[in-house]
Amino acid sequence: MNDLLAARSQMAMSLAFHIVFAAIGIAMPLLMVIAEWLYLRTREDVYLELARRWAKGTAILFAVGAVSGTVLSFELGLLWPQFMGYAGAIIGMPFSLEGFAFFTEAIFLGIYLYGWKRVAPRAHLAAGAIVALSGALSGIFVVIANAWMNSPVGFQILDGKPVNIDPVAAMLNPMALSQTLHMTLAAYAATGFAVAGIHAYQLRRDRSNLFHRRALAIALTVGGAAALFQPLSGDLSARAVARQQPAKLAALEAQFKTEAGAPLRIGGIPDVERAETRYAIEIPRGLSLLAFHDPNAKVTGLDAFPRDEWPHVPIVHAAFQLMVASGTLMMAVALWGAYGFWRRRALPDGKWFLRALVLAAPAGMIAIEAGWTVTEVGRQPWIIYGIMRTAEAVTPMPGLLVPFLTFTVLYLFLSAVVVWLLFRQVAASPRGVPLASGKEAAQEEEEPEHVAA
Amino acid sequence: MWPLELIAAGAMIVSLTFYALLGGADYGGGVWDLFARGPRALKQRALIEEAIGPVWEANHVWLILVVVILFTGFPVAFAAIATALHIPLTLLLIGIVLRGSAFTFRTYDVKRDERERGWGRIFSIASIITPVLLGITLGGIASGSIRFENGIVPNGFVRPWLAPFPLAVGFFALALFAFLAAVYLTLETRDTLLQEDFRRRAIVAGVVVAALALAVFLLSGSGAPKVRAGLSASAWAVPLHLATAISAIAAFAALWKRAYGLARVCAAAQVTLILWGWALAQFPYIVEPDITIQSAAAPPATLRLLLGALALGALLLFPSFYYLFRVFKGGLASLKDEG
Repeated sequence: MNDLLAARSQMAMSLAFHIVFAAIGIAMPLLMVIAEWLYLRTREDVYLELARRWAKGTAILFAVGAVSGTVLSFELGLLWPQFMGYAGAIIGMPFSLEGFAFFTEAIFLGIYLYGWKRVAPRAHLAAGAIVALSGALSGIFVVIANAWMNSPVGFQILDGKPVNIDPVAAMLNPMALSQTLHMTLAAYAATGFAVAGIHAYQLRRDRSNLFHRRALAIALTVGGAAALFQPLSGDLSARAVARQQPAKLAALEAQFKTEAGAPLRIGGIPDVERAETRYAIEIPRGLSLLAFHDPNAKVTGLDAFPRDEWPHVPIVHAAFQLMVASGTLMMAVALWGAYGFWRRRALPDGKWFLRALVLAAPAGMIAIEAGWTVTEVGRQPWIIYGIMRTAEAVTPMPGLLVPFLTFTVLYLFLSAVVVWLLFRQVAASPRGVPLASGKEAAQEEEEPEHVAA
Repeated sequence: MWPLELIAAGAMIVSLTFYALLGGADYGGGVWDLFARGPRALKQRALIEEAIGPVWEANHVWLILVVVILFTGFPVAFAAIATALHIPLTLLLIGIVLRGSAFTFRTYDVKRDERERGWGRIFSIASIITPVLLGITLGGIASGSIRFENGIVPNGFVRPWLAPFPLAVGFFALALFAFLAAVYLTLETRDTLLQEDFRRRAIVAGVVVAALALAVFLLSGSGAPKVRAGLSASAWAVPLHLATAISAIAAFAALWKRAYGLARVCAAAQVTLILWGWALAQFPYIVEPDITIQSAAAPPATLRLLLGALALGALLLFPSFYYLFRVFKGGLASLKDEG
C-alpha cells in the first residue's frame, strides 16, 4: 500500500467511524428531548426513564463523536496539508461556525446530563433542545465544507493560487443546500430506525413492555418521517450532482456513453475495460428523467472525461445501489407503519412488522456509509473537484500505513466497547418492577456517584 | 486600529489560554486520579470525576477553536505545523481519543468492578501522556527548527520535536496542568481533609513547575534561540518575569494560608503569563524562522468574517459558559442542599 492510498484509507476509515457518532449526535438529542417533553406533559414515569436512558446513550456516543471529530479536524492537516494550505482561507469559515455550534452543544449537554437535579425542569428541557439544535447545526456546517470540495466557488485562480476569496460565496456553493438537507434527514432516519429496531427486537419477546413500546413509537415517528422526506432531498441531490459533477453522476449510474434519453440502471456490473455495464435492469429514459426532469435530456457519460479523471466506477455504482436500496427499505417500513396508524390509530405491533423493523435497523447507517462512499469516492481523483488532485494534497510524511493501522485498531476497539455498553446500559429492559417504579429506578442509578462524594 | 491578522492571532492565543486553564486542568485531574493515594484515594477519585464530568467536553472545544482559527486565519502555518509535527500530533490525537472515551466509559459502565478500574487506568495514563505531547508540539513550534518549503520538510519529521527543549516543554505543560488541577480541586469540596490532600499536591506540583520552568529556560538557549532572546533581552522581559514570579509566589502563599480562591486566581494568572510570554517572545513568528503572522495570514475578506464570527460566537459562548460553571461550580452554596 503506497502512502497516498494509506492516507486515503485513514481518512475514509476515520470518517466512516465518526459519521455514525455524528449522525446519532444529531438525532439522539431530539429523541431524548421528545421523551422528556412527553414526560413533563403526561407525567408518565416511563417517559422519564426513556429520556434518562437515551441521555445515557447520547452521552456515550457524543463523547466518542467529539474525540473522533477532533481527530478529523487535525487529520485535514496531518494527511492533506497542501489542501488545507490552499483551501483553509476559503472554507475555514464553516468550520469556525461549526466550532461554536459544537461549543454550545457540549456546554448544554453537560447541563443536560448532569443537571437533572440542579436546574428547573423547563430549563433542563430547554438545554436538551439547544443540544438537539446545535447538533444539527454542527453537522450542517461540516457538510457545507464538504459540499464546497464538490462544487468549489468563491475564489479565482491566479498563478495557481486562489485570489479574490469570498468565503460567503464559498459557503453558499451549489451543492450546499442539497447535501446538507440530504445528510440531516439521513441522520434522523438512520438514528430513528436504529433505535426503533433495537426496541422492536426487545418487543418481540416482551410484547406488552410499555418502555419499549413508547421508545419504538417516538423513534419510528422521527425516523419514518425523515425516511419519507428523503427521496425529495435525494432528487435535489441527484440533479445538483448532474449539473455540478457529471463524472460522479456517470460513475454512480455506470453511464459510460454520453447519450440522450439515458436509462436508469438497477444493479448491474460495470466493466470499466469494455466501458459497458452488464446484467443491469434498465428503465428506459429513467436517468434523464430523474437527473434533469426531462426524459430526453442528454446525460454526460464517462466517455466525455479523460480516463485518468474517472472515479472508481464499480465502487461508486455499487455504493449508490446500496444506498438507494437501504433508503427504499426504510421508506417501505415507514409507509407500513403510517398505514397501520392511519387504519387503527396505533402503530402496528404484529410479529412481521417488528421483524421488518429489526431488519431495517442497520439500513440507515448502511445508507449513510454508502452515500458518503458515493460522495467521496465519486469525487476522485480530485480533492477539490476540477481544481486540485488528491495526490497533490497528500503529506510528504512517509510510513502512513502505521497511523492508518493504529487508528483502525483503536476504532475497532472503541466500536466494540460502545456497542456492548449501549446494549447493557441503554437498550436493556428496565430492571425490577418496571414502569410503575421507573422514577425510583432512575434515582437508584444516580446514587452511587453521590455516595462516594 | 490593529491589523486584522494580529487580532486573529491574539484570538488564537486567548483560545489556547482558555484551553490550558480549563482543558488543561481536566488533564491534571487525570494525573491526580492516577496518583490517588492514602485513606481517601476513593474519595479523591470521586471528587475528580465529579469536577470533570459536566465540563470536560465543553473545555475540550477550546482546542478545536485554536485549530480552526489556525487553519482559517493562517492556513500555511497550519500546513507547515501539521506536516512537520505529524508524529507528535498523531500521538496527541490517540491520547485525546483514549482519555475522553475511557472517562466516559468509566462513568457509564457498571460501577465498582475490575473494568471500572481498567477504564480509570486508561483515562489517567492518557491524561498524563496527552499534555506531554501537547507541550512537545508547542516546544517544537517554538524551537525554530520546523522548515516547510514547497511541501517538503528539510529538517525531517523527527528532529524538530525529539530534542531536549520540546521534551522539557512537554513535562512543563504536564506539571502546570497538574498544578492547576490540584489548586482548583481544593475548591470543589467542603471536606477539609480532601482539601488538605489537594493542597499538599498543589504545593508539590508548584515546586516541580518552578524547577521545570528553570530547565525549559536554560534549554531554550540552544533549543529555541529566538524565544530565548525574546525572553531575556526584550523591553518587556523583566516586567513579564517579575509578574510571573509574583503570581507564582502569591499562589504558594495563598495555598500556605489556605486562601484557595486567591490561589486559584494566582495559579491561573501564572499559566496565562507563561503562555503570553512565549507568544510575545516568538512574535511576529507563528513558525519561526519562515512563517510570520503576516506572511501566513489569510486574505482580509476571510479574516474579517472570521473575526466577526468569533465576536458573535463570543457573545453566545461566554454567557453559556457562565451558566455551565454557575450550575456546576457555583460555589459550595449549591452543594449545601444536597450535602
